[in-house]
Order: sequence, then C-alpha cells, then structure tokens
Amino acid sequence: MAEDTAPTSEQGRRSLGDWLARQMTNIAPFITLLFLIVVFGLMAPDSFLTFSNLQNVLRQISVTAIIATGLTFVILTAEIDLSIAAVANATGIVLAFFTAQEAYVAIANVPLPGYAAIIIALCACFALGCVNAFGLTVIGIPSFIMTLAMMQIGAGISAMLVRGQIAYAVPSLIKELGSGNIGGVPWVVIVAALFLLGGHLVLTYTRFGRYVYMVGGNREAAEYSGVNVKFILAAVMVIGAVCSGVGGMIGVAYFGSAQQNQFDTYLLDAIAAVVVGGTSLFGGRGGIPNTIVGLFVLGVLSNGLDHIQIDSFLKVLIRGLILLMALVINVYAQKLRNQRA
Amino acid sequence: MAEQQAPLIECIGIGKTFGGVVALQGVDFTLMPGEVHGLVGENGAGKSTLMKIIAGVHHEFDGTMKVLGKEVRFRSARDALDAGIGMVHQELSIVPALSVAENVFLGSQPTSKLGTVAWREMARQAEEHLQRLGIHVDPRAEAGDLPLGLQQLVELGRVLFSGARMIILDEPTSALSPPEVQMLFRVLRTLKAEGTSFIFISHFLEDVLEISDRVTVFRNSRRIATANAAEIDKEWLIEQMIGRGHEGLGEAYTGEIPLKSEPGAKTVMVATGLTQRGAFRDVSFHVNEGEVLGIYGFMGSGQLELAKALNGKTRLDRGTVTVDSKRLRLKNTASAWKDGVALVPESRRSMLFGMEPVYKNISISILDRIDRVLLRPSKERQIARALVETLRVRPRSTEAELRTLSGGNQQKVALARWLTHLPRVLILSEPTRGMDVGAKDDVVHIVKGLKEKGIAVIVVSTEPETVLSLADRIIVMRKGVVTHEFANVTVSKDRLLAAA
Ligand SMILES: Nc1ncnc2c1ncn2[C@@H]1O[C@H](COP(=O)(O)OP(=O)(O)OP(=O)(O)O)[C@@H](O)[C@H]1O
Ligand SMILES: [Mg+2]
Repeated sequence: MAEDTAPTSEQGRRSLGDWLARQMTNIAPFITLLFLIVVFGLMAPDSFLTFSNLQNVLRQISVTAIIATGLTFVILTAEIDLSIAAVANATGIVLAFFTAQEAYVAIANVPLPGYAAIIIALCACFALGCVNAFGLTVIGIPSFIMTLAMMQIGAGISAMLVRGQIAYAVPSLIKELGSGNIGGVPWVVIVAALFLLGGHLVLTYTRFGRYVYMVGGNREAAEYSGVNVKFILAAVMVIGAVCSGVGGMIGVAYFGSAQQNQFDTYLLDAIAAVVVGGTSLFGGRGGIPNTIVGLFVLGVLSNGLDHIQIDSFLKVLIRGLILLMALVINVYAQKLRNQRA
Repeated sequence: MAEQQAPLIECIGIGKTFGGVVALQGVDFTLMPGEVHGLVGENGAGKSTLMKIIAGVHHEFDGTMKVLGKEVRFRSARDALDAGIGMVHQELSIVPALSVAENVFLGSQPTSKLGTVAWREMARQAEEHLQRLGIHVDPRAEAGDLPLGLQQLVELGRVLFSGARMIILDEPTSALSPPEVQMLFRVLRTLKAEGTSFIFISHFLEDVLEISDRVTVFRNSRRIATANAAEIDKEWLIEQMIGRGHEGLGEAYTGEIPLKSEPGAKTVMVATGLTQRGAFRDVSFHVNEGEVLGIYGFMGSGQLELAKALNGKTRLDRGTVTVDSKRLRLKNTASAWKDGVALVPESRRSMLFGMEPVYKNISISILDRIDRVLLRPSKERQIARALVETLRVRPRSTEAELRTLSGGNQQKVALARWLTHLPRVLILSEPTRGMDVGAKDDVVHIVKGLKEKGIAVIVVSTEPETVLSLADRIIVMRKGVVTHEFANVTVSKDRLLAAA
C-alpha cells in the first residue's frame, strides 16, 4: 500500500517510458503522418511541399471530415455505421431533387425554395438515422447488419430519385458552402473545421460526451451506473447519419453534381480516417483529435501519390499497404499500452 | 523421501513496482510438496501481485524464483502452465461468449485423431469435472449467461483438473456460498492426497485456517509471518495483517446476533408478488426508512437475480414495486436510478470502467446532478477525493486507472459511486466481496451512516457473515422463494444456514 503517497508525487514518479507507452496509440498515427510528409516531400519537393498543395489537401479531406465527425461518435461507442456513404448520397440527391434543375436534366423533380430543400434533406438524413437507431436499440439488430441494410436503402432512395440521371443545381447557400471561398479560404474547409470542433467540444466538455466514452468503455458498467445506454446509442446513430447527410449535401456542391454512387469511396475513407487516427474499434478510446490526424494521414497519402510518377494502378495497392501498416502500428501500440501500467 | 523436503516453488527477495507504486518488497515465499499454503493480507498488500509473478503474468520483477530447484523466469502464463503451475485469478477470466465446456478446456481442447476438436468428448469430460465440484450445468450453455458463482466454479474446474501440480487459487470462494465452499474443500483435499499443492488466498480467515497447512501473512507489500495453521488462530492472523488496534474486527457476526426493527418507521419500498421465470417467484417484502433488510440464500436461490430486477437491469414477469408509494417503472437502470433505486452488483467487472481513472468511475452516476450539460472535472475530482479519503481507497489517488487497484479497493470505488447523491433505496449485492477484515468493518460503518440518513438499504448475499453483520431484519430465500423471515429475534450463523 502506498500509505502516504500523495497523488501528485505518484504521477511525478511515473517514468517517461510509461507515459510514452500510454500515449503510443496517439503518437503512432502522428509518426505515420510525419513519415508520409517526409517521404513525399523528398520525392516531389516542388509540387508536394507547397502552400497551394496544403490547401488542396485540406479541401480534399473536408467532406470526409464532416462524415468522419459523426462516425467518430459511433465508433467510440463500439458500434459501426456502414451506411454513412449511402446516407450522404441519398441526402445529397434529396437536396437536388427538391431544387429547380436545368431543363435538360430529365428528373421528375419537385422544385422548392432553397431553404425548404435544405430542411427536407436534413429531415431525410435525420429520419434515416432514426431508423438505424430504432433497429439497433429497440429491435436489437447489431449495428453492422442494421447499417448494412441501411446502405442498401440509401442506395435505393438515391436510385429512385435520380433514375440514372445527373443533377447539377443545389440551393445557393449549399453551393456557396461547397464550392465558394471567403478571403481565399474555401468554405468547405471552414465547415469541416466547425464540425470537427463542435464534435470535439461535445465529446470532451459535455456530459453526453462522457457517456459516449463510458458506454464504449464498458457498456454493462454504464448501464449499472444508471446511464440510459440505449438513448446514447440511438443518439450517436442519429449524429452519425446527420453528419453524413450534411457531408452529402456539401459534397454535392463540392463535386458540382449529384448522382448515384458518387460517395462510395467515402465509406472506407471515413472509417479508415477514424481508425488510423487511433480511435479503438472496441470503443471508449480516441476522439476527434485522433480523427483529424487520421484524416491528414489519408489526405496526404492520396494527394502525395498523385505527385509522384508511378503506375496509377499500383497507387491503389500502395495506398492499401500503407493503411494496413498504419493499422498494424495502431494495434501494436494498443497492446503496448495494455501491457504497461 | 528426500524430494518431499525440497520446495516446489521458492521465491527469494521478490520485489515489484508499478510506475511509482511499490507492490512487493523483498518477499520470500515457498510452496512445499503436498501442502495447502494459505495467504492472507489486507487489500493491496501484494498477494495477487506475487501470485501473478509466480504464474508468469508479470515478468518484470526483482529477485529470483525457483521451481523444482531450478531458477526460472516465465515469459508468459503458458510457460508457467507448462511448468505445472495453474492459477485461478481473482477477477474471473472466463470467456463469456464461449460454452461452459470450452471454458473448462480453454487452451487445451481434447482433439480427435484428425486434429479436430472432439466436441462430444469435451462436453462429457467438462460435465464430469463440474460434477466433481458438485454442480450440474449444461456444458453447451454460454458461460457468460451463468450466475457469478457458477462462473467461478467453471473457472475452478478448468484449473483444478488441468493436470497442474501447483495451483494458485486467488480468492476462489468470493462468489460461493457455504455448501459450494465445502464441496470445493473436499475436492482440494482429494487432489492434495493425489499430490497437488495449493496456494489459497482468501479474506475468509476461518476458511484459510480450515484448509491450509501453513499460512503466510502479507502487510504493506512485505511478508510479515509464516506459521503452521494448527498453531495459530484468527485473532493472531488479524493482528499480523493489520498490525494496529483491531478489537472487535471480524467479530461482528459470531455468536448470537439480536435483530431489531424500529417500530413505526416509515415504509420506503414495498415489493409484491415479484416473479421472474427461472429465477424467483412470488417474492414480497418491504423495507423501512433507516433499515437494512438482508436477503440471504445459497447460490442459485434467486436473490442476486432479484436485486438486478429491482434495479431495472432485467425484467420482472409479474409483481409490482413501489418506493414512497410511487410505483416503479423499472424500464431500465436509468429509470430506476431516477426513481431513487441504486444497485451495487456482485461483479465488479460489470460496474466499473477499468481503463478510466478512479474519479470518472465515481462520478459517472452523478454527472447530471453536478451539471445538466457540461462536465466539471474539478468538481468531480473534489467529490472523488473526499470519498477516496473516507473509504480509505489505496492508492490515495483519484487519477489512478481503475484496473491498477487491488480487488478490494475496486470494490470500495464501486460502493463510493452511490454515496454522494444518495438514492432512496440502495441495494448492495455481495458488498464485501473480496474485502479484507478492516474494509468489511468500514462497510459496516458506511451502512450505519446511510441508515442514519434514512436510506433504506437491501443487502443481498450468499455469505452469512455479510448479512449478519449488516442487517436489521433478514429474509431467507431458497430455490427462488422466500422461506423464512427473521425479525426481532436473535439469530446465529447456524440458524441462518439451517433456514436456507
Ligand atoms: N497493473 C498495476 N498497475 C499499477 N499498480 C498495480 C497494478 N497491479 C497492482 N497494483 C498495485 O499493487 C498493489 C498490490 O496489489 P495486489 O493486487 O497484489 O493486492 P492484493 O493483496 O491482491 O489485494 P486484494 O485483497 O484487494 O486483492 C496495490 O497497491 C495495487 O494498486
Ligand atoms: Mg488480490
């Protein structure tokens, strides 16, 4: 027994090695990021390490960032949402569906004022999130399966509304947020930053955020502590869907068009960003700062590969391998943490 | 025989620190062939740590360890097992999602000639092993669905019949009731006669004295004494363990205990006709303000299940519960807590967050009373610090990760959670599980304090001492029904056991 050890001196005595081991899951992704920057910087110094390319990277990860913010909540509770890309797609298309399109776009759409279209689109993703939440918490379908079904439903809604066509027009507010600039800074980057910031504040400074972590850390214990676990799970599923929906709307404006399957790659990107950043798939560990690092790892990787001269088919493979490596480091770091006290 | 004289396990000058926390200093310890070696000491004294070193769980330590005369340094629990050392851990390490049979044979499944798992054979053997321990469970049942006591027996079954010749039992009886303990002791004696040696850790000093040949006492990370069990008594053990004034400790429940109910006290909780299929039926009782109701029964009598149902963790099939004449919704644990009912369940693992610091484990239930929306970590720490002090949690830190606390100290944290914003009814399921004599005494005082504040307390246990030391009135359950009520009479351990 440490009879007379004051808490402070006990921490002071903890060695640097212990501290490092504990922080390893947070440090490892950062090292991966630095490694990538150095490698691409050496291979393509003129084009990669420039200010305008930094802006490119920021723009490229922004839509993923909005989606990944919500997904971080979901993964922190040890659930998963596979429907994020489909919900994003469906929401973007709903938005376009209720916006007046050019005459040559052959979609039986219902033009409404911009604000109405935005509200309807928000309601759509909220509703899809509620369905996920209902399936998970009331019926008891595992989130993996529930959101797999929702992935199909989202794709179905998208298909029904556009019928293979492409829509271009979105309400002007969304168009500005997706493709406009303010003082040289793209709005989409600002929106992404606000989402990440908001997510971070909620997770670290609110009661709800603490519950999210605790439900992920030990669900049964949270229940025995009087936490309404089902409510928390339902809430994160809705948050996940709404973030995806907003990401989808902004994404449509960012791409300049709304069509089916345009978000497909975002599913893996968002999951990879969250997990590579060091948020545990088993819940309870990680957070928005991790997601940010993960987003940069992914962004720099995709962007950097475009700056070096290699076979574009090989790039896909390299991307996969580097992601695998990042994950291995992550899992290993987690083990290290668990071994050391 | 010459071999008889040489120790099986010999630890010399073992030291171990975790970060800045000293867990063991210069500890010598031997296990002789064919002996049961009891090990006692206060919570956090270092018992589990030494055992984990012997069993290959911790491999960084000072000092030397010899097994069968040869110096060894195990790299893993597997190494230790190969050397013939098996261990039942204090915190159950059962795999909840696997079947009972798979848990019994964890890591050593019998295989057929083709190398596939011989399921039928495995189930048969598992059933046989468990029958030797006196339990009848379906070997195909999912282990996580079993009540805690049965899980503990399954884990015991795994190690006892694994063929290990040196077996460490770290608080193996903490979830068992007297009949199972006696059954376990019979098995231990049989195995001992067949040449197996045991290290037996427990806070039930009578049990230790009954089963052990020698007893070693730890205090403050040091070995204080080792003696032949036949030459010592409980008093002596407590003195060695605590080394301070200990009058009355561990005495609270021996002999005749008078039970007295306050006449005319206001009734707080009334339960009528509570039934849950397969667990209990037609249970009715009431609890008054400032009263402690003990619910006693052997393992599997349904009282632990009853506690969970009263807290909304599981559903009642029939029956109503009211608190202050208001009917409980019992939708989930959150609604129960809002209605003023809190529970400390029997299993620590299921109510604590191992990876989180102590203060977050304490504040989780009262975050909404601190602030509706925002977190106030400084307030949380302040509340936690006060509780760590009053409950004498060691280490005295609000920041230590919970899983680094010793078993008994974790239990204190579990209790601490409900002591700042008091519920109307507090249900304590095995509240002293894994606590040392001093800490048990602390719990008695805490419960007294709660009574004075007018809380209605329900103590649910399979351990007669717990109920006897805390309760003002006792109801006894057997096979899911209430069989007896002790009120305003004197009761002894024997009479309580006879009623169960
Ligand atoms: N992994 C760990 N990291 C940090 N400290 C630890 C760790 N494991 C144990 N300790 C500390 O070492 C000391 C001894 O703990 P140990 O678990 O051996 O006690 P014990 O005698 O088994 O107590 P109990 O009767 O409560 O089980 C305690 O102060 C505990 O907090
Ligand atoms: Mg212990």
